[in-house]
Amino acid sequence: MSELMIEIDVLRYRPEMDEKPFTQMFEVPYTPDMSILEALQYIKDHLDSTISFRWSCRMAICGSCGMMVNGVPKLGCKAFLRDYYPKKVSLEPLANFPIERDLVVVMDDFIKKLEEVKPYIIPEKEKCLSEGTYQQTPEQMAKFKQFSMCINCGLCYAACPQYALDNKFTGPAALALLARYNRDSRDGGEAQRMKIVNQEEGVWGCTFVGYCSVVCPKDVDPAAAIQLLKVESSKDYLIGMFKPE
Amino acid sequence: MTKRKPYKRELPTDWWLKHAFYTKYMIREGSSVLITLYSLILAWGVLRLSQGEAAFNGWLEALQSPFSIFIHLLALALALYHTITWFSLAPKAVDLWLKGKRLEDKVIVAGHYGAFAVVTVFCLLIITL
Ligand code: SF4
Ligand code: FES
Repeated sequence: MSELMIEIDVLRYRPEMDEKPFTQMFEVPYTPDMSILEALQYIKDHLDSTISFRWSCRMAICGSCGMMVNGVPKLGCKAFLRDYYPKKVSLEPLANFPIERDLVVVMDDFIKKLEEVKPYIIPEKEKCLSEGTYQQTPEQMAKFKQFSMCINCGLCYAACPQYALDNKFTGPAALALLARYNRDSRDGGEAQRMKIVNQEEGVWGCTFVGYCSVVCPKDVDPAAAIQLLKVESSKDYLIGMFKPE
Repeated sequence: MTKRKPYKRELPTDWWLKHAFYTKYMIREGSSVLITLYSLILAWGVLRLSQGEAAFNGWLEALQSPFSIFIHLLALALALYHTITWFSLAPKAVDLWLKGKRLEDKVIVAGHYGAFAVVTVFCLLIITL
């Protein structure tokens, strides 16, 4: 029985020997239930063991396996060959990030941005342990839950032309994370975070392209988080005009 | 010694032509150029009106040239495109909660079209009455 095959182009870059990236083609046996990540694992096990890519969970939870599949940011474990077969699939490292090696990108800038937005609860006033836990109703949780589902995969940064043009822009996931804490009823850190929001590199770096929300594998809708923060930022500005601190 | 040598890819200048989503976004943003032009034409009309009847009639006449009609049709098409795409994005900037539930996107979009219809009828009334 002859096996069905699918062609996969992989953008390769080996910093110790390559001046610039080049495309290498692999032929992989095709089955409809095979994910892009499994295809890469097949390549690594059977065709070329030097190929590098990141993965861990295989179930769209760890956020490691982001890459460009035919030019669109996707999780390798959540994209399937059947959606491309019999056409060729082309894999490239996530756009807008420097390439470390093959499909692995340098995400330091992204991680730095996530850290910068003070992504932790800043209580209004410290509570003594004996006073018990901070409580929250399901309704209060609903206000931020969606924005807390991010797996830090970076797909939204690869989809964002504003980040591509100027990577000083705080970017979709970090601003969604910021919104997640600002909208949390247990948090009192909004004033501190609004300083980040109000900057040019904050929400005003966004021109509402909206592609980040399309590619997000977790329906976080970072574009919505940013537009809602723009509303808050405008209110902040208006209030500041009448009531300077 | 490190063998690291991160490779930075250049953003091609035609990045917005590489993907239909980006192209549509550029058309949405680009429509503002013609809409600005159109509002300048209107402002020009107001200026001519202040200069008397002959000046205003001259302006009206200029608007009837085929080129002017073409510009108006183009501006109309782009304004409609901008409106439709903008309304469909509107729910992202609206944070209305009713009884602990976020107002559905459909409702917000429908609200925008409703307001659009009301304003249009109102303007038509002002012009025709
Ligand atoms: S917001 Fe979505 S696309 Fe962006 S990093 Fe989080 S999960 Fe990934
Ligand atoms: S391997 Fe964890 S998200 Fe794909």
